[in-house]
Amino acid sequence: MVDPESGLSLTIARIVQRLQGSSLHSQLERQARVSLHKPEIKLESLKEDIKDFLKTSGWEKKLQNAVYSELNVFPSPCHPAAPPEHMKEPLAYMRKAQGSWEKRILKSLNSMCTELSIPLAQKRPVGEQKELLNKWNEMGTDEPDLSLFRPVYAPKDFLEVLMNLRNPNYENGEQPSFRNHLGLIQVPLKVKDIPELKEDFSELGLNIGQLGIDDSAQVPPEFFENEHVRVGQKVLAEQDSAAAQQYVRQGCPTALRADLWALILNISNQPEDILYYEQLKSNVIQHDLLVDSLIYKDVKLTASNDDYYFVFEDYLYQVLLCFSRDTSVLEHFTYSSATPPKSYIRGKLGIEEYAVFYPPNGVIPFHGFSMYVAPLCFLYHEPSKLYQIFREMYVRFFFRLHSISSHPSGIVSLCLLFETLLQTHLPQLFYHLREIGAQPLRISFKWMVRAFSGYLATDQLLLLWDRILGYNSLEILAVLAAAVFAFRAVNLMEVTSLAAAEAVLADLSTLKVMPLLQIFLFATVT
Amino acid sequence: MYTYKSWFEAIKCLCSTLCSGNVTTQIMAGKVKWVTDIEKSVLINNFEKRGWIQVAENEDWNFYWMSVQTIRNVFSVESGYRLSDDQIVNHFPNHYELTRKDLMVKNIKRYRKELEKEGSPLAEKDENGKYIYLDFVPVTFMLPADYNLFVEEFRKNPSSTWIMKPCGKAQGKGIFLINKLSQIKKWSRDSKTSSFVSQSSKEAYVISLYINNPLLIGGKKFDLRLYVLVSTYRPLRCYMYKLGFCRFCTVKYTPSTSELDNMFVHLTNVAIQKHGDDYNHIHGGKWTVSNLRLYLESTRGKEVTNKLFDEIHWIIVQSLKAVAPVMNNDKHCFECYGYDIIIDDKLKPWLIEVNASPSLTSSTANDRILKYNLINDTLNIAVPNGEIPDCKWNKSPPKEVLGNYEVLYDEEMAQSDGPDRDMRSRSGQTTGIKGNRARDSGKPVLTTWK
Repeated sequence: MVDPESGLSLTIARIVQRLQGSSLHSQLERQARVSLHKPEIKLESLKEDIKDFLKTSGWEKKLQNAVYSELNVFPSPCHPAAPPEHMKEPLAYMRKAQGSWEKRILKSLNSMCTELSIPLAQKRPVGEQKELLNKWNEMGTDEPDLSLFRPVYAPKDFLEVLMNLRNPNYENGEQPSFRNHLGLIQVPLKVKDIPELKEDFSELGLNIGQLGIDDSAQVPPEFFENEHVRVGQKVLAEQDSAAAQQYVRQGCPTALRADLWALILNISNQPEDILYYEQLKSNVIQHDLLVDSLIYKDVKLTASNDDYYFVFEDYLYQVLLCFSRDTSVLEHFTYSSATPPKSYIRGKLGIEEYAVFYPPNGVIPFHGFSMYVAPLCFLYHEPSKLYQIFREMYVRFFFRLHSISSHPSGIVSLCLLFETLLQTHLPQLFYHLREIGAQPLRISFKWMVRAFSGYLATDQLLLLWDRILGYNSLEILAVLAAAVFAFRAVNLMEVTSLAAAEAVLADLSTLKVMPLLQIFLFATVT
Repeated sequence: MYTYKSWFEAIKCLCSTLCSGNVTTQIMAGKVKWVTDIEKSVLINNFEKRGWIQVAENEDWNFYWMSVQTIRNVFSVESGYRLSDDQIVNHFPNHYELTRKDLMVKNIKRYRKELEKEGSPLAEKDENGKYIYLDFVPVTFMLPADYNLFVEEFRKNPSSTWIMKPCGKAQGKGIFLINKLSQIKKWSRDSKTSSFVSQSSKEAYVISLYINNPLLIGGKKFDLRLYVLVSTYRPLRCYMYKLGFCRFCTVKYTPSTSELDNMFVHLTNVAIQKHGDDYNHIHGGKWTVSNLRLYLESTRGKEVTNKLFDEIHWIIVQSLKAVAPVMNNDKHCFECYGYDIIIDDKLKPWLIEVNASPSLTSSTANDRILKYNLINDTLNIAVPNGEIPDCKWNKSPPKEVLGNYEVLYDEEMAQSDGPDRDMRSRSGQTTGIKGNRARDSGKPVLTTWK
């Protein structure tokens, strides 16, 4: 156990190291130098005066936001002597399981490659480059032959793997009964119960105004909405990340959401960010990757057929193709349980000097991946900003939904949380569904893996994602999944097959998420 | 307590149970008899679910949902048709004053001139001579009648694109774009090839300035289809269906001149888009208006979005007011129009045209549900209580039957609202109108315009 003192200095050291050399650092230096010309800066009190100047000109706030961002994203160091793999994943059996899963994915990708005789990557001929550049804004009209491609995996394949996870140190010889866990996930991770969730999500309580409930047409805006909007505008004016994160727990007004999310994620769309995006774009033009076809296929199968998102099909290609080539995404592997796949230059298999990460960002898309980006298109119509927001959302949240880890926001914990909530508070329903061969997780898994994108109406989805950002946690996905089952419990009790249960829960597009969450957490008799 | 109504309901039930299987005309006396010459399931299902009885045209009918050809016959001078008090039809006799492209423009131009003559602040113009509040139809000319006027306008902006539309056709038929005078030589009055000695209405065209800076979403062009129900023109009472939709072009929009011939790029009619390669039968290239609102609020802000929707309501009401004086306000009639509106990239809405017979074909499952509900709500307003109509009723349905319609403009209510509304307060159409926020619809109820 690390004592708080050295833990704090470790954290400070890490943050300083990460911010050193960043563009913010050089900007601060430049500002400090420029301020020397100002009359209020005096030589005798140089340090204090410069500090005051940075405070009043808003630069200190920017630094605060950057530090806050680092704190949010990186976990606190466990122990100075802990190996780096513990920051990725402390439990050995989880690491092992993730490793085998990755091997399987890679094998699948490689065999598709060999079958179709398509290289993982190749340079595009000049003619093709020009064509792609012309078509950059309308890649959706392209009709490449994708019939031979198949998604590398779908959520249900992943669920099978999670179901077979076992902790070798934990012997549970008992038969499944009401005294232990009846669900699909059989690993002993600690998950929260409703009293703990009520505390964590206290801002969703019955006495506190929420967008998604207290802004409906029946409620006069003077009661909550107007004031909330006012506060939101103030938060934006102050440009304070931490305040924004607290604020969005009660929901974002639609007109302020884009800016608030950018503030929380610390995205400012500087010229160098735009340049970086353009650089990625030129990488796409020059090289063709096999994963590009996987991305095309995924978009065509999912977003193109979606009532809400079909309009943004072209933006999805522009974001995802660049994303695959973005090596800065590799940074997130320091705190993710996953490891980027390695590939070797032809003929140099196994020789480390000839190893490259494949794809360059280390993330192999699966069926439904593009749905992480789609809802963001409602907020950002400028490609480079849309790109940065998505990238940040991915490296903070979405990566946890498809990697095996013990993190409380990891998909394994979410599944266990969902099942535990259901089994504890709706035991009759849980038992009934289990008896008819309709384990609840089989239905709710796909919702959680996609963070409900494509299942909820967009305005409701955005209200849900407001809270993900506000609480910096994905646990709310499991709570919502349980709340949906609770809501449809009466109908579910009457079904007699998995197919019928799926049918009852097939259409979530009319659900209002905030009332569901509020009722489940705060108004259900426990 | 027994009211006449409940007694009558009781008797009706009694009769139908006593004589099941052998329905006589006396039992049928309580049920609405309907006819239609449009074989669409969304219509027929709605009639049947009300227990209405289908009859033939030459029999005694109460409700006739007719096509525009039929309405022409019914109200033509020669036919001598007389509708009785218990008969209603779904078109106004001279609906074409609004729904023919050339007549719509003519009526709006006349309306504007009239307002200008009486010094109404609505007809105020800006420093360029453009109407501030009433400039919502793109510059339009009739061909061949206004050919020379058109040429004058064209020469002011020789790089502009214009859209040629035949007056009498629908579904995008016969429409094409031009950017050179030579392309419409045929319509020149002096042209030797012109055969337009007499203008038969079939060959008449309108030519309008093409809006080449439409608002694009996801890089795609779209237009809005909104449904408006008019129950009477004098006093004007109209309702707007809350569930309108956006129709997206399947191909990326480009103003480039090489794509002028590609109708998939420019026309948003579903009838045309359906044949494009990329047409999708799940969503049909359609978005709900609420999606549009969410997108615009999120990317542009709430004020400009509200302003846009207020302006859309405004132009619909103005277009109806423009034709109200010339409309035959036959008490047997109501009409459900399909309004086509395009929004430009400055968030200004433009009225493109009004359809008397909006398509009742469903291109997707969602579509079918929408159109079914549209007809359902329309019938609830037009035929109160689903009973045999009496066209002398006051055409003021109670709020509960509106369904997805909301009151767009009610002239009677507006006039009874005292003269305290200052016209200037609605300038900019931003905050003035929203003062009265409807509790049940969440959108401004615009009944207090004058």
